[in-house]
Amino acid sequence: MNESREVIHSRIWEETPEADNPFAAAACYCSGYDVYGDLLGKASWVEYLYLLFKRERPEPFQAALLETLAVALANPGPREASVHAAMSGGVGGSTHASCLMAALAVGAGQYGGAHEVALAVACWQACGQDSTKWRDALRHPAQEERADIWPAMEHPPGFDPHGASCATPVRQTLDALARCHAAGALGWLQTHRESLEASAGCPLAMSGVAAAAMHDLGLDADQAEMLYLLLRLPGAAVHALEQREYGWRRFPFFANGLRLTNDPGPVGEI
Amino acid sequence: MQGPTKLLENEDNWVTDMGAWFPAERVVFRGKDLFRELGDLPWMGLLLYGITGRVPDEKQIRLFDAMWVLCTSYPDPRLWNNRVAALAGTARSTALLALGAANAVSEASLYGRRPGIRAIDFLLRAKQQLDQGVDLKRVVALELEKHKRIYGYGRPVTDQDERIVPLLTFAATLGFSDGVYVGLAFAVEEILLARPKPLHMNIAIVLAALAADQGLTPHEYYRFMALSFSAGMTACHVDAMQKPEGTLFPLSCKRLAYCGAPRRVWESV
Repeated sequence: MNESREVIHSRIWEETPEADNPFAAAACYCSGYDVYGDLLGKASWVEYLYLLFKRERPEPFQAALLETLAVALANPGPREASVHAAMSGGVGGSTHASCLMAALAVGAGQYGGAHEVALAVACWQACGQDSTKWRDALRHPAQEERADIWPAMEHPPGFDPHGASCATPVRQTLDALARCHAAGALGWLQTHRESLEASAGCPLAMSGVAAAAMHDLGLDADQAEMLYLLLRLPGAAVHALEQREYGWRRFPFFANGLRLTNDPGPVGEI
Repeated sequence: MQGPTKLLENEDNWVTDMGAWFPAERVVFRGKDLFRELGDLPWMGLLLYGITGRVPDEKQIRLFDAMWVLCTSYPDPRLWNNRVAALAGTARSTALLALGAANAVSEASLYGRRPGIRAIDFLLRAKQQLDQGVDLKRVVALELEKHKRIYGYGRPVTDQDERIVPLLTFAATLGFSDGVYVGLAFAVEEILLARPKPLHMNIAIVLAALAADQGLTPHEYYRFMALSFSAGMTACHVDAMQKPEGTLFPLSCKRLAYCGAPRRVWESV
């Protein structure tokens, strides 16, 4: 090999080639562990996921926390916007990848989506377990003076602007996650949930619980955003497949759901 | 807590002035009949009308069309967003998956959409401050102090941006090369060139200035540019599809430079 060739630098992945083909890996190592020669059959899916993100094997409580979070997030349900987007692809017979891309695009946003989780993780990093800092952050969020690709937040990150009270699955998820790890952000959130909701003016959302769990897993905002995107895809996938099977006639079109306020009416011949 | 009031109000009730399809009859697009009132508009004109609600005139359409043609679509698979389209081709994925992903990737921080929206936003804010009597040198200094950089100045690979002259030459034929914001962009460059680490303008600030001179807001400009790389991406996908599968920049195992944890064994608990 010409040593001056450009390389991909990685702290995650190493490969050794087969003797007969430099483009075929004989062994693949993830943070030092032989994936196909050692990990297979030993490491669980979430242990491996944690290893990929953190480059270390998880402690049992971390694996349990990630396992519980993964189940909680796996299917937001067909009414949720990212899943609705995937189903809109599926029902029209779009490619499966486009259905997942649709779910990622819609689920990336700031209303229940991955960017909201990233912003909420940033709040945890800034406020920790300090009630005063949280109250200030929720009541007086920082404003960016410059225009950006991301719009300004319209509600406190991690909370539900349309909620009346903290939804049962959100509370159940928070309780289940706090049972895995009571000492960190999750336990503190359990204790202070109602006062935070009062400061936010709206109830805690699943995105807020996910953010606290991600923070307890030691993930930064970028890692949390990525992981949240990944973990919500299973529901999008299966609902897209399901609606593809049901067909467009049995999928809501909202035929009488659109009201045009400036219809010029028929304006003559072409 | 406001509760679900807004959700209840909007259930099966999307109130809009953006448009609607009347099956087997007509389409209304921002208050106009698509077939009867907008049918003569070039696609670029329809795109701008959809974004801004204003029908651009013929000269504006030619300018905005040139902005896409001259500045955005290089059919070079080494460029990161194009590479996505080319990799999709070499992996034998579909053209629209390639284009969708490559366009989404173009919402980048180093190039594409973020520098674009930040560049026009800077120009508009700088003009506002000038109008309030602030000296331009002070405006530039404050911007650098606060945000560390001014989008549209400096370029990772080379100082000179080869797109500026062709674009401004074409804009001049339309009478658009000496607008207020184009002038401001050059005035800022003059200040930045006098600094210890001189910074030349790049195409992002010129495009932004031309758009600002035509009255586009930052978000209107951002949306207008959203699909602007598509021609080059499509060409990259075509190119890769015409070569043997898997042959775009293949990397042998030795091309991974590992610098992580040493070899270890996963002990069973």
